[in-house]
Amino acid sequence: MQALYAQLLVGLINGSFYALLSLGLAVIFGMLNIINFAHGALYMMGAFCAYFLLNLTGLGYWPALIVAPIVVGIFGMILERTMLQWLTGLDHLYGLLLTFGIALIVQGVFQNYFGSSGLPYAIPDELRGGMNLGFMFLPIYRGWVVVFSLVVCFATWYLIEKTRLGANLRAATENPTLVRAFGINVPRMITLTYGLGVGLAALAGVLSAPINQVRPLMGADLIIVVFAVVVIGGMGSIMGSIITGFALGVIEGLTKYFYPEASNTVVFVLMVLVLLVKPTGLTGRAA
Amino acid sequence: MKHQFSALLLGTTLALAAGGALAQDKNVKVGVLTDNSGLYSDLGGAGSTLAAQMAIEDSGLAAKGWKIDLISADHQNKPDIATTIARQWIDVEKVDILMDVLNSGVALAVNNLVKEKNSIMINTGAATSDLTNAQCSPNTIHWVYDTYMLANSTGQALVKAGGDTWYFLTADYAFGAALERDTTAVVVKSGGKVIGGVKHPLNSSDFSSFLLQAQASKAKIVGMANAGGDTTNTIKQASEFGIVAGGQKLAGLLLFITDVHSLGLKVAEGLSFTETFYWDLNDGTRAFSKRFSERMKNKAQPSMVQAGVYSGLIHYFKSLEAMGGNVHDGRKIVDNMKSMPTDDPLFGKGSIRVDGRKLHPAYLFEVKKPSESKGPWDYYKLIGTTPADQAFRPLSESACSLVKK
Repeated sequence: MQALYAQLLVGLINGSFYALLSLGLAVIFGMLNIINFAHGALYMMGAFCAYFLLNLTGLGYWPALIVAPIVVGIFGMILERTMLQWLTGLDHLYGLLLTFGIALIVQGVFQNYFGSSGLPYAIPDELRGGMNLGFMFLPIYRGWVVVFSLVVCFATWYLIEKTRLGANLRAATENPTLVRAFGINVPRMITLTYGLGVGLAALAGVLSAPINQVRPLMGADLIIVVFAVVVIGGMGSIMGSIITGFALGVIEGLTKYFYPEASNTVVFVLMVLVLLVKPTGLTGRAA
Repeated sequence: MKHQFSALLLGTTLALAAGGALAQDKNVKVGVLTDNSGLYSDLGGAGSTLAAQMAIEDSGLAAKGWKIDLISADHQNKPDIATTIARQWIDVEKVDILMDVLNSGVALAVNNLVKEKNSIMINTGAATSDLTNAQCSPNTIHWVYDTYMLANSTGQALVKAGGDTWYFLTADYAFGAALERDTTAVVVKSGGKVIGGVKHPLNSSDFSSFLLQAQASKAKIVGMANAGGDTTNTIKQASEFGIVAGGQKLAGLLLFITDVHSLGLKVAEGLSFTETFYWDLNDGTRAFSKRFSERMKNKAQPSMVQAGVYSGLIHYFKSLEAMGGNVHDGRKIVDNMKSMPTDDPLFGKGSIRVDGRKLHPAYLFEVKKPSESKGPWDYYKLIGTTPADQAFRPLSESACSLVKK
């Protein structure tokens, strides 16, 4: 029983990464209608950015949490301005192919220069060590990841669903022409939204750097699972992707305990089941 | 009828004559089949191709009128892709010898094909000891290391040091299964006990669930029957979950210098494991490694897999030269290679056994403390050596069909 509690908690930790990444995807899909396959590569860039900040400029983990998402977010906005914006109104497939191509190029370039084994990134001193919870030894860093991700996720949800800015944004997705008539610069807003989604991916990258090796393929391994999370949660649904992210982390954790061999596939089995019963995803609305 | 017979005779004579002429053929094509883009690409990959290139240059055969071509390809760690490439190489590109072929799943698949086509594989990257045991082949030489030798050296040393209860974290494919099986045998034979294990999918990024299970088992040794990125992530996350601090010891059954480099000494210090090559062993290895790292993009020192590509090819070229030409007959050339003693600056003097096992000493290393290291790549302390004749599975235990009993 003790072991079960431990697995639930570990699942929650992984779930926070799924939630952060799928949230970014949901924001981008919901607001821009783009299936952002470059998300994994941008997550990886966030981790590399933290590594470079530390080794080239001496900026540690805490500044990296802010700087890396901004740097990678700007890179994302350049992508949006120079390439993605021309795909508005076209079939989803075009955006998917373009971003997938970008992901392959970015990963290839990083792998060419840094190899596949990855680079080390240490846990910040303040978050070293762990607590004995009785049923498990919880590394403090992991606890921090869960708390921090929850805060970021709900802040993003609040921003988009409850503030005036979010309302403008949602209106712009529904009817850009009309929103423009009110004097709102819609293209700029779209660019900033893409930057926000990308920034969330980079943030997840920084969070994961001390846990995993900083590797060029770290995002490629994760992105497919995250897409499954988004599909299960309902494409474009903010709250759906947050809840599904955490829930799937837990389900995966339990699978690792009861039948580890299936831990890589359980998410996809669930995806198939959900799509059979409710094709729009758990919280999705019919288009 | 009589005419037909003499025509047949004429044909046979001509064919034989042609065969004789082929013996003077001095064309060779070497194919390096490896992981160029995935989790094992640092320990094989472009470095293996460079090692092959260096072997071709150092053989001096070009000056004697030989023409040696080199091609390489990425098998993406997928047996089906690997066999497709190998088939095309052998049938269409007329490749004479396949080098590296890391990943046990890939190696076993290519092994069958190479035997069927009477080609040659010198495997320097895959770990599974089945290549020279149940699945041995007259066309395959297993050059650098195998699961039996790793288990024998590292497993025995750890049990002797008091680690008598084991829990395994095993990569869920041919290699992990073989390594776990061989290590279990050694642990039990040395008086230890295996109290459990968990199989994880290849290329996992999160090991915390598995590590918690290992922690709960209370085993003294957590044996990592995995490799590459899986091992480095396991080690890193084990230190996070306080596995070593809690009194358990991690056993890296297969670690490469590229893994230690990637982890950094702070995390890797104190780990002990077995390799058959280290760049800083002696003057011969240092001289080669210096030339090698100067030509590597990231100035990396060679892994034992890459060193094996060089060493294996050097022996192959010696054998071809002794035979006076390339007969393009895999079995015949491999037999000749087995009949000659091996000798190169990287692995020293050695031999190839009838089952295709290359023999050389195995070294037990311990990773230095950061304070002991003089700089990048100065990572290992030698703490034990198993002589060549004891390092690998004895022929008396072999299930290989080539071994006469």
